[in-house]
Amino acid sequence: MSTTTEPKMINFMGQSFIAVVFSGLLILGSIFGIWYKGLNFGIDFTGGTLIEVSYPKPVELTPLRNQLAQAGFDEAVVQHFGSAEEVLIRIAPRDGVNSAQLSNQVMETLRATSTESIELRRVEFVGPQVGKELTEDGALAVLYALFGILIYVSLRYEWRFALGSVLALVHDVIITVGLFAWTQLQFDLTVVAALLAVIGYSLNDTIVVFDRVRENFRIMREPDPVVVTNVAINQMLARTIMTSLTTLVVLVALLLLGGEVIAGFAAALVVGIVVGTFSSTYIAASFALLLGVSKEDLMKAPKEERDVESEEAELQRLFLEQEAKRQAKLAAQGKDDAV
Amino acid sequence: MFQSQQKIISNQYPAWKYLLLIVITTLGILYAMPNLFGDDPAVQISPAKSVEFSPQTQSQVETLLQNASLTPKLVEFENGKFLIRFTNAEDQIKAASILKEGLGRSAVVALNLAPATPDWLSSLGAQPMYLGLDLRGGVHFLMDVDMDAAVEKAYQRTVDEVKGRLRDEKIRYLPFDAQKTQIEIPFSNPEDQTKAQALFNQEFADRFVINLLDGNKPSIRLTLNAQTLAETQKYALQQNITTLRNRINELGVAEPVIQQQGDRRIVVQLPGVQDTARAKEILGATATLEFRLVDEKGDAERAARSGFAPGNADLQYFRDGRPILLQRQLIVSGENVVNAQSSIDPEQGSPMVSVSLDGVGGRKMLATTKQNVGNRMAVLFIENRVETEEINGEKVKKRITTKDVINAAVIRGQFADRFQITGLDSPQEAQDLALLLRAGALAAPMEIVEERTVGPSMGQENIDKGLMSVVVGFLLVLVIMVWRYKFFGMIANFALMLNLVIIVAVLSMLQATLTLPGIAGIVLTVGMAVDANVLIFERIREELKNGSIQNAIYSGYEKAFVTIADSNITTLLAALVLFSFGTGPIKGFAITLSIGILTSMFTAILGTRALINWYYGNKRVSKLSI
Repeated sequence: MSTTTEPKMINFMGQSFIAVVFSGLLILGSIFGIWYKGLNFGIDFTGGTLIEVSYPKPVELTPLRNQLAQAGFDEAVVQHFGSAEEVLIRIAPRDGVNSAQLSNQVMETLRATSTESIELRRVEFVGPQVGKELTEDGALAVLYALFGILIYVSLRYEWRFALGSVLALVHDVIITVGLFAWTQLQFDLTVVAALLAVIGYSLNDTIVVFDRVRENFRIMREPDPVVVTNVAINQMLARTIMTSLTTLVVLVALLLLGGEVIAGFAAALVVGIVVGTFSSTYIAASFALLLGVSKEDLMKAPKEERDVESEEAELQRLFLEQEAKRQAKLAAQGKDDAV
Repeated sequence: MFQSQQKIISNQYPAWKYLLLIVITTLGILYAMPNLFGDDPAVQISPAKSVEFSPQTQSQVETLLQNASLTPKLVEFENGKFLIRFTNAEDQIKAASILKEGLGRSAVVALNLAPATPDWLSSLGAQPMYLGLDLRGGVHFLMDVDMDAAVEKAYQRTVDEVKGRLRDEKIRYLPFDAQKTQIEIPFSNPEDQTKAQALFNQEFADRFVINLLDGNKPSIRLTLNAQTLAETQKYALQQNITTLRNRINELGVAEPVIQQQGDRRIVVQLPGVQDTARAKEILGATATLEFRLVDEKGDAERAARSGFAPGNADLQYFRDGRPILLQRQLIVSGENVVNAQSSIDPEQGSPMVSVSLDGVGGRKMLATTKQNVGNRMAVLFIENRVETEEINGEKVKKRITTKDVINAAVIRGQFADRFQITGLDSPQEAQDLALLLRAGALAAPMEIVEERTVGPSMGQENIDKGLMSVVVGFLLVLVIMVWRYKFFGMIANFALMLNLVIIVAVLSMLQATLTLPGIAGIVLTVGMAVDANVLIFERIREELKNGSIQNAIYSGYEKAFVTIADSNITTLLAALVLFSFGTGPIKGFAITLSIGILTSMFTAILGTRALINWYYGNKRVSKLSI
């Protein structure tokens, strides 16, 4: 492997205009979707009752709907869930009624009109007040996460990088939510958890690139930030692809095998990670460059403290010097290829 | 210069690092192991309140089981509880119903799943993970305490106190009642107002904000100050939690969770409960008590016939339908009742109930009983529940309040915070009365605002599906890593396996609750944990182009470290936000994700480095399998 020649550099920053336009269109499409179609909120947010029952053999929905309508649940949404034996019943919150008792009544109704043994698989009831709180908490959580990240990245790197990475994250969140609007997949509490995980993951990707950009600024003689950034992204490309691949593989396993309850969560993560990989490659660094990040900004950054013995630290320094020469040579080649 | 480097960078790890790795691996395996042994279906018998098991209980239990020809796998007695393990669920359910009948009310019999961890492991403190309700089946309730009602009650209690003090000081006032958020005391002239103000400033200023009002009548407004308001609400919540605990004991649940959440909410988790309807009934009923004097002047029978109570009296009924007239004034209410226990009067050998009140209740009781020896005092039990009624074929919900006089007994002498109710017909009646007194000790009504019930088959299915996705995802990652990084990939895979073992071990040690989202967190960690190794290995590949093999390994690890640390800290940041804002299921995801990130740092950096140093370190290597 050590004898392989340097692979061709891909001019990511050169394509960044197209990428930003593409992202912009996706974001507009997502916002339009959220406005036009709305999100299919789960009962976590709307409040209401959800009952999942299982029959020993496949069951027709129409008679069930009639039974429930006769018992006074004419607004109940009845649908198959996963298989023809399983039925999901959703009932909107009612004013002035103790909804906690609703599930009992529904089960009584179903059992009274069926000779088969019906099994109660799950009940979820969320009061309207709790629903409202969960909505607020969910939105707040996303906001606080973004804010915390903005501060951390500013401290650790540079405010332009922080802004770039947060922009990339907002981009990821909007597009993922937009997809939920267009597909009308149910948007519940687990999806919010997935969004936060996407934020964590996508940021991870972005930080890895920024870290390399900073290192390159320090060791390369190249003054042009665009070239330096492009080299960093190319150096990290194999890693980005590998990590996204392994993460996507496990998430697809979770999506296909984890069951319906967790499917929305897995779907949000799959979309989020694809979008996140794209944004940390194209969007985050492009914005940092657009904001005018330069060599000087990063040279000021404090040197990391490392837990290495002084002998080793000295060695390290010698190493980096040599390294810098080589990298510079390499980068020069890279630039030739890139431009 | 280059050669001297070559000499130093031989990629050797000091012995202590290997030792650390071995110790952590061993501990990880040991503490993760209990999860392999599964559960025994078991019956747990715990003593009802105020009862302790005698040595005879064990033989009683054994006889009961023998008579039903049930042979338990093991009978254990620990922490005052019996745990009887069975080989199958059928025996378990049969045994539970037999024991419930045979032991009567002295014991709480509950179905349980007891971990079948071998003794040598449990003696090390190793326990299996605690499975969440979505994995083991059960009910989760979120109860909301009606704080407005709690505050209103606090004002109602104050009214009597205020009136009493004004009378003591001979200050005249006009009739008034408690309002929801304040008390307004009207006076007929400003002089009384001023006198009252002086009194209030002296005695009520620590609890109330006192305002003078000059409307059409001079009056004084009392509102609870912030501190007292907070205390009142805190107390209401605490009392509800205690009451819930008692009620749940009667439900017979092996490991119930009853926890405060926020300022006004209580989380109740009942693992393994199937009959959610009954659980809701028991939890949902709200009850309170009122101790009041009996109005002996009026004729209760006549009042019952006419339907009108004479004068200031209040017509109420015993449970068996006998009427009785009570005075309207409340002596103490359920929230002043600290405890009530049934026992046998040592002097007369008859059943009785011992009641203890809190300080406030004791003082009020003393003041009342001082003047009323020889009169009767009644206990009124008030229950609020929601009933479904069918009117014209339509089901209508109704909030129903029932009031029953559960006891009326003669006051034999002065007493304060401790007294006995005697003259009960049977030990059963004493037990029931004590139970009602305890159940009535509720400060404020509460309501179920969130419910999540998972049936047992669904729980098992969630475990199976969760495990399946972990296994499949894990295997795929292993394959990809070997395909891309050959020998180094295999080492990363070892680290990944170790990571999984340590995550399970840490979760087991912390006894954190594993939920389905928690499993999702583990799956995601598996995908992301290899990131550290990918970063390192890609860096080594890069470095290989520049220098010697040993140098490449060395600087690959060193340079990738900062990147790994930075990126993991940011992910931890997101997980932290998840943890602090999330409710139950999301917290589970955040916990496993955080643990996974931390353990992966250890296994992916130290673990793989140790193996690679051991294999390649300190020797001439011409080619790396990467």
